[in-house]
Amino acid sequence: MLRINRDKCGYCGTCVAVCPEDALELIDAYLSLERECIACGICARACPFGALEVVHEE
Amino acid sequence: MKSNYDILIVGGGPAGALAAKTAAEAGNSVCLIEKRPAIGTPVRCAEGIGKELLREFIKPDPRWISAEIERARLIAPNGTTISLEQDRAGNEVGYVLDRKVFDRELVWQAAEAGADVVVKTRATAPILANGAVRGAKVLSVGTPAEIRADVVIAADGTEAQFARRAGLDTTVPLREMMSCAQYLITDIDIDAGSTDFYLGNEVAPEGYLWVFPKGERTANVGIGISGRKSRDGTRAKDYLDRFVAKNFPDGKTIECIAGGVPVCRPLPCTVGDGLMVVGDAARVVDPLTGGGIGNAMFTGRLAARVASECISAGNCSKEALMPYDAGWRASRMGKFLERNYKVKEYFVTLDDRKLNTLADSIANISLKEFSVSALIKELIKRNPKMLFELKSLKDALS
Repeated sequence: MLRINRDKCGYCGTCVAVCPEDALELIDAYLSLERECIACGICARACPFGALEVVHEE
Repeated sequence: MKSNYDILIVGGGPAGALAAKTAAEAGNSVCLIEKRPAIGTPVRCAEGIGKELLREFIKPDPRWISAEIERARLIAPNGTTISLEQDRAGNEVGYVLDRKVFDRELVWQAAEAGADVVVKTRATAPILANGAVRGAKVLSVGTPAEIRADVVIAADGTEAQFARRAGLDTTVPLREMMSCAQYLITDIDIDAGSTDFYLGNEVAPEGYLWVFPKGERTANVGIGISGRKSRDGTRAKDYLDRFVAKNFPDGKTIECIAGGVPVCRPLPCTVGDGLMVVGDAARVVDPLTGGGIGNAMFTGRLAARVASECISAGNCSKEALMPYDAGWRASRMGKFLERNYKVKEYFVTLDDRKLNTLADSIANISLKEFSVSALIKELIKRNPKMLFELKSLKDALS
């Protein structure tokens, strides 16, 4: 699953543009996971502030 | 906000504003929606634009010009500085804007021309009929609504979700997404007349770091690096923090922003049935400089002109809207985008040693005319040993 650290997030939408699944949405002033995430981690790579993390559950 | 318009514009940046103004002036009923609660903020931009380019769209006004630039300086990894003075640098240097005020001015002009403007209103999906866009489903301050229109102009910036949901693939490959961070820093010693570009893989891998003056002692200090170079510990913010700690340790950061600049090729097609895509959403950012304001205004205005004609003729099919796509591709802007993409693809392959060699070879020359093509011709002339490598650059010019 994708963990969004809203305290780190800069609300820029970079992650939205690289997401292959159109799963993320920048709503007004917060980022939200709106649709199913495939945990590919591309958004986490692109984030300028390191606000996104793919967490693999046990 | 009504439920029916000739033209609906999604996004209130420079592309959307120019589209709205142009469409309203042509006599159409126009609605511009913006998902943020305020036009122009938060800024996601280094705010630089060429003087001539800006004047094509609006008369410069000190209310939204933060700084007037006299020269651009390129700083190679070894510190070699190439200074490009205004009389030669032409459109490559210009103004540093105050986007918060500038964007509002553009939207004001659209409103004055007769466009409806609605903020805190987000397009959630296109209204589709047999694959054709017929408007948008929106959430307006939390309330769902439908806005129908003959043409929707998607000006929703780097996210570009409207066109994506209408069936165009707008996803930016990681390597072609510039991951950017910027601080507005005040109380620092800068050359207030120079935009500075720092190059090199230690400073900004596959991108550059910029210092753009916003006043005598204030500047946008920012960086863009390729998404593929971005990882924990080597993110845009990490590189920027390192540069600032070294160069502006006593500066005061009064704004901290992030952004993603697509430096891929433009969308393969920027129209669909009832749909046009403009500005950053169409991926028409200059891939070499990352500059997008002028191209956004250009495509926004052109899209509205073509849409107006199609609405008058009663045909807003993809085929009818195609002159917009063909028009910008055949324009000076379209040709520059293609050339600069090839030039960018070459420069990202260079290691610091080669960057230094190239910079040193032209550090002390005086070009009669400065332009990307003049600079490349000079690089080719002065680096015979790199002739084979530089061939791809030469080809980019032809």
